[in-house]
Amino acid sequence: MSLLTVESVEARYGDFQALFGIDIEVNPGESVAIIGANGAGKSTLLRSIMGQVTVPAGRIVFDGADLAGVSANDRVGRGIALVPEGRRLFPSLSVRENLMIGSHAGRPGPWTVDKVVEALPLLERLLDRSSAKLSGGEQQAVAIGRALMSNPDLLLLDEVSLGLAPVVVRQLYGALSEIRAGGTTMVVVEQDIGQALAMADRVYCMLEGRVSLSGAVDEVDQAAITAAYFGVS
Amino acid sequence: MEWVNAVVQGILLGGLYALFATGLSLAFGVMRFVNLAHGDLAVLAAYLTLSTTNTMGVSIWWSMILVIVVMAAIGYVGQRAVFNRTLGDDPLPGILVSFGLGVVIQNALLEYYTATDERLDAGSIITESIKVNDDISIGWFPLITLIVAVALLVSLQLFLARTKMGRAFRATADDPETAQLMGIDHKHLYGLAMAIAFATVALAGVFLGARTTFAPSSGSSQLLFGFEAVVIGGLGSLWGTLLGGIVLGTSQTVGNQASIGWDLLTGHLVFLAVLLFRPHGLLGTGVRT
Repeated sequence: MSLLTVESVEARYGDFQALFGIDIEVNPGESVAIIGANGAGKSTLLRSIMGQVTVPAGRIVFDGADLAGVSANDRVGRGIALVPEGRRLFPSLSVRENLMIGSHAGRPGPWTVDKVVEALPLLERLLDRSSAKLSGGEQQAVAIGRALMSNPDLLLLDEVSLGLAPVVVRQLYGALSEIRAGGTTMVVVEQDIGQALAMADRVYCMLEGRVSLSGAVDEVDQAAITAAYFGVS
Repeated sequence: MEWVNAVVQGILLGGLYALFATGLSLAFGVMRFVNLAHGDLAVLAAYLTLSTTNTMGVSIWWSMILVIVVMAAIGYVGQRAVFNRTLGDDPLPGILVSFGLGVVIQNALLEYYTATDERLDAGSIITESIKVNDDISIGWFPLITLIVAVALLVSLQLFLARTKMGRAFRATADDPETAQLMGIDHKHLYGLAMAIAFATVALAGVFLGARTTFAPSSGSSQLLFGFEAVVIGGLGSLWGTLLGGIVLGTSQTVGNQASIGWDLLTGHLVFLAVLLFRPHGLLGTGVRT
């Protein structure tokens, strides 16, 4: 059984329709990449899964339960965590507090502050620093650690590489690969196709609010991805 | 020595203003909610204490405990049922709703209790004082008021800094949308914040009612002093609230020492000066803290 099933989902921002009948499946333990250009609807899809965007049509099923009417905070309690685009740390909290607030839902599991620091070693010297005084890469590491602290069954990552130096992106994706190897199911939204595909089992490409391509990473060729990404035939 | 006495009395008066301002500061700091009914809620608490004391035949301090619990419950339910619907990018709906609530409270009190001045009987503690020298005496009740205000603010500060729920308050104040991604139910949390705000304003109302007379229309001036203390200290800063209360109280007593009747004027002038030269307040940073 799929861990997450997105069926014919639509989403709107006022009069603007951002998603058109999206269908996606994520199986336990796998890593799924969602790629696409700016404005393709990738972040809206993650926000819909998290309950931050109203879904007027279609349904989202997680772990066998329909999430219709379930608030964002309750979805965290059910085992979904999102690393949001732009990191969005809490500036009045220290790094340690930012990590600890991630466990607010009280889900049991292996992730603790010590384990997060073990997985993301650059956080060790930052724990007591204000989160408002971190570099972009450090902020992203905190955001990933904060999401892990909720002991999620499904980790959604939105544009991890955005605005970061390549060396930092490689470090973070290295850590994510190890986290994934530990059994955490992931959905990675990225514009950096190479980085996303290197870690994914399957890929969905989105274009103007629709899925333009899907398949196993090792079965989809580069030309097809390029065509689906840019909408050229 | 008279000037020193004015400063001492001002610091003590600042304790009462800080008590008033704590709930305002908390509601603004966590929810960006400007509660114009705050002063009327303090007067409501004083009247509830009066009724409870008269009905049950207990001291105002036992009544106060009951009223604090009742007011906290009203605060939680009011936030969940009404105020949460007004929160958003535009602060105007909250301001209008709380203004309307203040009008309703004033008129309900007028209808039920009449416009007659009332006072809570706190016993002999009201008139007892510590004589420092011939010019300076420290009243026990104002001193207790200041101690309670400091204890309340220290407790709230520790709650916000050291507890899981306190972290959730601060995170939600920073970014309510992202706080939901941590599993925080922001509507429940706002209810808790308002419950604490109502409890503190109930405490302030009882201390006001024991210190001086009150009537249904007394809330407006208390709201003004509370706001001035919050703005002087810095919006959303709890330590700033204490400092703001003390600065306002001292300004008033020193002004009164300069010329009898200048107390309110000097308080307002200091408030305006802070607005002009430090718009974020003495301890405010201009961001959510």
